[in-house]
Amino acid sequence: MIKRKAIVSIRECVACGCCVKVCPRNAIAIPKGIYAEIDKDLCVGCGKCAKECPASIITLEVAEA
Amino acid sequence: MKQKKKWYDYLWIASLTYLILGFFNILFAWLGLLCFFIPLIISIVKGNKAYCNKYCGRGQLFSLAGGRFGLSRKKDIPGWMKSSYFRYGFLIFFFAMFFLMLWNTYLVFAGAKELRTVVTLLWTLKLPWHWAYHGTLFSSGAAQFAFGFYSVMLTSTVLGFVTMILFKPRSWCVYCPMGTMTQLICKAKNSGSSQP
Repeated sequence: MIKRKAIVSIRECVACGCCVKVCPRNAIAIPKGIYAEIDKDLCVGCGKCAKECPASIITLEVAEA
Repeated sequence: MKQKKKWYDYLWIASLTYLILGFFNILFAWLGLLCFFIPLIISIVKGNKAYCNKYCGRGQLFSLAGGRFGLSRKKDIPGWMKSSYFRYGFLIFFFAMFFLMLWNTYLVFAGAKELRTVVTLLWTLKLPWHWAYHGTLFSSGAAQFAFGFYSVMLTSTVLGFVTMILFKPRSWCVYCPMGTMTQLICKAKNSGSSQP
């Protein structure tokens, strides 16, 4: 089965926190105020964060097995 | 799965109230300094963007208006708008305009200039705003600052609303000067520890 995970383009992230708010699994945090970090173990690849991101810099990518 | 709302999820009411109060008495504009100092203090003391992430009422307002009320096309923001050139450029421009406003305030304080009861939208349009001025207990410079600061707040809200409609609800967050500045502070503060 193909599993997708959200990937943040760290360089472009503005650390606004929109993704953190919509994540249904609380898998995203912005610990240092620089970029969002996604907990790959919690991420189910629902894509809500990618949709919400105002800079559209979160993509869903197939996770390596 | 929906997360329970916290007290700070209602700060959009404060942002909206702020904009409305400016129509009644311009001196309320001084309260806007809170949206200026709180994010700075949080980023300097705690080294994070908790203000953007949790407390920013304006962001909540855009996400409500653009999300729940469907006033946004929800399209991707153009590449140049999220480039660091534009973000830092806008930060510099915004600050230049801000200092110009402070200078004008100083001139009124010093008595070299008369108080102008106008709100300047988008740095050019002078909107008559005399109905919201009922005199001040202090120097007329205090009122001049209120007009100037309200102009800054109204201008950025209008810009944010336009990009909210055109792009995603919280597009303003991408180029928000406060956001860019607090991110820079966080970068400086956390440099040395794990870098991307």
